[in-house]
Amino acid sequence: MAEKNQIPLVSVFIMGKEYKIPSGLTLMKAMEYAGYRYTRGAGCRAGFCGACATIYRLKNDYKLKSALACQTTVADGMYLVQLPFTPANKQKYDMEKLNIAHNALLKEYPEIARCISCNSCTKVCPQELKVMDYVQASLRGDIEKAATLSFDCVQCGLCAFRCPAEITQYHVGQLARRLYGKFVAPKAIHTEDAVNKVNSGAPRAEISKLKSMSPAEIKDLYKKRPIE
Amino acid sequence: MNLIKGYPESMRESIEKVEKTREKRLKEKYQQMSLEERDEVLNKYHPDYKPEVKRKLSVGSSKEEIVPMEVADLIESYPLVSEKDIDLTSIDYDVDLLIIGGGGAGTMAGIWATYEGIDPQNILMTTKLRHGDSNSIMAQGGIQAADKANDSPDIHYLDVIGGGHFANEPELVEALVSDGPAIIKWFESKGVMFDKQKDGTMITIHGGGTSRKRMHSAKDYTGMELLRVIRDEFINLSIPVIEFSPAIELLMDDKGQIAGAVLFNIETHQYYVVRAKATVMGTGGFGRLHIQGFPTTNHYGATADGLVMAYRCGARLRDMDSVQYHPTGAAFPEQIVGLLITEKVRGLGAQPLNRDGNMFVHPLEPRDVESAAFIKECYGAGLGVETPTGMQGVWLDSPMINMLKGEGTTERELSAMYRMFKRFDINMVEDPILVFPTLHYQNGGVVIDANGATELKGLFAGGEVTGGVHGKNRLMGNSLLDYSVFGRRAGISAAKYSKKASVGELTLSHVTRYRKELEKAGVPESRKSPMILPEYRGRNVLSRAIDIF
Repeated sequence: MAEKNQIPLVSVFIMGKEYKIPSGLTLMKAMEYAGYRYTRGAGCRAGFCGACATIYRLKNDYKLKSALACQTTVADGMYLVQLPFTPANKQKYDMEKLNIAHNALLKEYPEIARCISCNSCTKVCPQELKVMDYVQASLRGDIEKAATLSFDCVQCGLCAFRCPAEITQYHVGQLARRLYGKFVAPKAIHTEDAVNKVNSGAPRAEISKLKSMSPAEIKDLYKKRPIE
Repeated sequence: MNLIKGYPESMRESIEKVEKTREKRLKEKYQQMSLEERDEVLNKYHPDYKPEVKRKLSVGSSKEEIVPMEVADLIESYPLVSEKDIDLTSIDYDVDLLIIGGGGAGTMAGIWATYEGIDPQNILMTTKLRHGDSNSIMAQGGIQAADKANDSPDIHYLDVIGGGHFANEPELVEALVSDGPAIIKWFESKGVMFDKQKDGTMITIHGGGTSRKRMHSAKDYTGMELLRVIRDEFINLSIPVIEFSPAIELLMDDKGQIAGAVLFNIETHQYYVVRAKATVMGTGGFGRLHIQGFPTTNHYGATADGLVMAYRCGARLRDMDSVQYHPTGAAFPEQIVGLLITEKVRGLGAQPLNRDGNMFVHPLEPRDVESAAFIKECYGAGLGVETPTGMQGVWLDSPMINMLKGEGTTERELSAMYRMFKRFDINMVEDPILVFPTLHYQNGGVVIDANGATELKGLFAGGEVTGGVHGKNRLMGNSLLDYSVFGRRAGISAAKYSKKASVGELTLSHVTRYRKELEKAGVPESRKSPMILPEYRGRNVLSRAIDIF
């Protein structure tokens, strides 16, 4: 009962059950075409939220691969399942009280010491991040490296699923980035200055003038405003 | 289809023309339009300026307001539940503060209500999908704030008002631009990794319609980075969240105040009654209504539920006649059509080009003007590039970025974009990318004041669900600032309000009243809202679905 189109169909096995799907669709659109209505497993639909973590296997291949369902095209003979939730441990901490001199990452997540350097996390990452490397950097207390390497993480949780040492890599990365942004990166002095300027009331006086202008006056001012 | 490095031969021919003109263009600048020229292209080509795609609302507190047909249909719809369906004597959650929506505005509101002294255990956030599933997390390019020496909130103010066609609410714009520097400082103190120079100076660039370089970024994951940090902070504060349970109606009390909401668990189909002394609405916008059939950059749950619920209680809407189409949605390949290509791509130097490789518009006009110019080039001048599925688009000459800013700039500063195209075998460092306008932002919304209070007692709001901040057109980088400023202000105001408020007897009588108004106006019974989620299942499946299980 295929809908009328010239697009060739491919076989996709959604959790083991075969559906004929027009080629060229993303895994997410394929699931919907097959009749699934998402509650879990779909979020931003654009590769930023990590809701649609998917594990799949291709025909005649024993390897399990990973993908974001919204960013990957179906292939003939693909077996897939989504993992929409990770039961991972996230520590609660007060950023003001963390001490970077005594490896805060290791203190909050001591399980990172269990890393056996198997690289499973790196292999499964749909963002192709060097996950194991940032776990190792965290272990050494190299906050900058852990923060930078983990920066593009969409927190889909696949790394934590694959880890034989039960590390929650993506939560470790989150803490590393906050530590870097708060304690390691140099502060923006000009932002501080700008806050003081606002508090002085000078911008408010200028804005009051703008607010009292007639539509013609403000349009004219807008047209003439110098552009950097 | 035979693809050469991601593109079919037909498109490759046009890419060759782009390459031929590139050297000359690297040194050229295109003139910006005058206000009169802007008006002309908008009137003739912007999808929002066609009168036949809108109509006047026939019911409610903003009766006679002109809104897009899709919005009118949603607002002139019958409620999903009636008074007899819901037992209001049995309360599932009794809280000081209810936050509806788990995006940026709601997250900020929760954090700042806690700072204001509300016990986190007396706050409840409810969200349709997961905490963080929102447009906030998808914003790429940056956040504006006037924090450089050559800039000032009043200069920012003028940019916002001009970009919004002078229709903005001055008090709201003042709040937006004045809080900007403090918001950036707060984010920095919470550990946001902004793009900085070695000495700590923020790296800032232009966005469309800005007169100063005040776009702060975190690569092209700015929205994700901000949201990751504030969500982490929110979780650390132990504020309770119920996911997959959107609000479907607001509750009122016999004193006419907003007093909580009815939630619907979309997994178990159970409802919950929440009684709250104050309610903050951060439900976001309407991208998933696919206004005029446009694809959208928005997340799965962007169905304007908040507008509908607030309207039934008597909230007024404003500027809902104006819809933002982002000039650069992906137009190829098919799998990513409509997804956002950040304005930062143009900010870093990529020029928009027609199929002959020629410039036809300045790269950084305000979004509505830039969009209209793209549509004109494709459908007026007939110089668009056609894709194999018959879609039109214009090139963004992304290889220019590394040529202008140095090797590795694209890979580093646009890593999300670079990654997305690479997944489909296109290397945006070597080849241009094809774009066309896509439905992006709800410019208008629920009327609020500078404290984030709506005109309804007990209801506060921030972010895309509100109107007035951006007038008729939002500038890039002002939505992240909007949710930060007004999410925070709404949270503080709601916290203060809740300390003094007392809730009377709960009621859904406003829903019954609204139903009667709809009947009187002759609205067809088949229309129901809120939408909760769009319907994307295959037509074939739906045509053979039976509701027996």
